[in-house]
Amino acid sequence: MDELMDYDDAMAAYDPVLGMEVHVELNTASKMFCGCDNSPGGEPNTKTCPVCLGLPGSLPVVNGKAVESAIRIGLALNCQVAPWCRFARKNYFYPDMTKNFQTSQYDEPICFDGHLNLEVDGRTYRIEIERVHMEEDAGKLTHAGSTGRIHGAEYSLVDYNRAGTPLMEIVTKPIRGLGEHAPAVGRAYMAHLRELMRALDVSDARMEAGNMRCDANVSLMPKGSDELGTRTETKNVNSLRSVEGALRYEIQRQGAILAGGGRVHQETRHWHEEGWTSPGRSKEEAEDYRYFPEPDLVPVAPSRAWVEELRATLPEPPAQRRARLQEAWGFTDLEMRDVVGNEGSLDLIAATVAAGATPAAARKWWLGELSRRANEAGVDLSGLGVTPAQVADVQALVDAGTVNDKLARQVFDGVLAGEGSPAEVVEGRGLAVVSDDGALGAAVDAAIAANPDVAQKIRDGKVQAAGALIGQVMKAMRGKADAARVRAILLEKLA
Amino acid sequence: MALSTADVARLAELARIDLSPHDLERLAPQLDVILDAVASVSEVAGADVPPTSHALPLTNVFRADLVRPSLPAEAVLGGAPAVEDERFRVPRILGEEQ
Ligand SMILES: [Zn+2]
Repeated sequence: MDELMDYDDAMAAYDPVLGMEVHVELNTASKMFCGCDNSPGGEPNTKTCPVCLGLPGSLPVVNGKAVESAIRIGLALNCQVAPWCRFARKNYFYPDMTKNFQTSQYDEPICFDGHLNLEVDGRTYRIEIERVHMEEDAGKLTHAGSTGRIHGAEYSLVDYNRAGTPLMEIVTKPIRGLGEHAPAVGRAYMAHLRELMRALDVSDARMEAGNMRCDANVSLMPKGSDELGTRTETKNVNSLRSVEGALRYEIQRQGAILAGGGRVHQETRHWHEEGWTSPGRSKEEAEDYRYFPEPDLVPVAPSRAWVEELRATLPEPPAQRRARLQEAWGFTDLEMRDVVGNEGSLDLIAATVAAGATPAAARKWWLGELSRRANEAGVDLSGLGVTPAQVADVQALVDAGTVNDKLARQVFDGVLAGEGSPAEVVEGRGLAVVSDDGALGAAVDAAIAANPDVAQKIRDGKVQAAGALIGQVMKAMRGKADAARVRAILLEKLA
Repeated sequence: MALSTADVARLAELARIDLSPHDLERLAPQLDVILDAVASVSEVAGADVPPTSHALPLTNVFRADLVRPSLPAEAVLGGAPAVEDERFRVPRILGEEQ
């Protein structure tokens, strides 16, 4: 196990410098250079052809939609779009590609020199984007053998379904001046990109499915110095929490090395979900890709007219949309921060409002009861299985007095158990509040008869004693009574 | 331009080709001759002539984003030396992860 420096001590001695390389798989119908199905999953090796298998004599042709997506991503990141650029072969020998090269872009990325503004805990950070380039994803290796880890594997099994999936690489310039907030900013950057990819509808951007993968680079500069330290690149960072954890770990690990007078090795490191990194191959050794222009593909030269046409298709920037919705919904900054901090809740609340609920009610259900259930089930809010329309229906039942908030929770139980729509659950489980005065009156009479002492106190003017009897009535009605109505009837009878 | 045996050894390692010291001694001068022959092109082209990467004067050759049938898995795997679980079975890889 690595020696780690206390995080605060590391921050007192060093300034971290971040660099983020993010790969995004596009959600095009077909692959980058061939017509194979680009949808995820499927039986192994059923989505391949001579092009993505790199068979001799095959000829790749660029997917125009993927170029369009690349340009839209670049524009959304305030990048320049190259008037002319080429693909290049990145040569390496590894069985995740049959061709012995990956078709990528080298020194002529399609988009470059962009930036984005990140808001983290009330501070704004400007992140400079170095480049956005187009390439293809590789096949998937399963390492068989004793340990499952590659070093101990006896052999590997390869599925090329993913080989040739359009892949965008988004690279930042070195990000300085973050101080102790570096891990949080790294995480926020990934969250921002994910939100942006979904808003652009260019990728499913599910980190857990590998649609979005992050290589997190970090180095430490002694305080007061402006010379960049040796960086490490941590791979396999597949969740927002991992981005933050991996950056924090590397800062503490490098801090301990530097403080001990040692030297950080420039290397690739592998993140383990248990919260540590281990060394991979050493960079100086491995990085010799002998790039050259891809002779089988002609250059891409987006006309200015096309670029402007694509710029007009950009969605409202997520930060702007948040500001607009906050205003429209009348949420306080604090309320809005809770919404933004709760993964996926913004879209769900917006959809629930669109389905007829008030913003306050939509917010209450998604951030309260439903978040609690999602946490318990260990799923994302959007993966809970309750739709915005159902939430709006439940709230409509509450507003109509058919159920109270407590019963509404049972309605969600039924919806999640697949018992149908909220109205069907109310019907099926007999959850409707009893508002029939006859039935309520009988229950109140029974409670009075069973508790003559309490009843007498209320008659004597001790109205606060009414709570005990109301509780008994509610219990007798199994919660399916309107408590305010019960109170009114009770006080009327004991007046 | 003098390609050294060390250069060739490095390239062979990257390409995962096993070459004996004898092979290296033999191949390095041969490759050197080939590179020299190719380099003679630069004598013809002046500094004002940009290197050509494509024979065709075309740009923006794009395909519509339409799915076309893939090969059947049996055909794909049929030519493989080893197959397991409908996947290509390859020798274990030492010390490198992509
Ligand atoms: Zn294909």
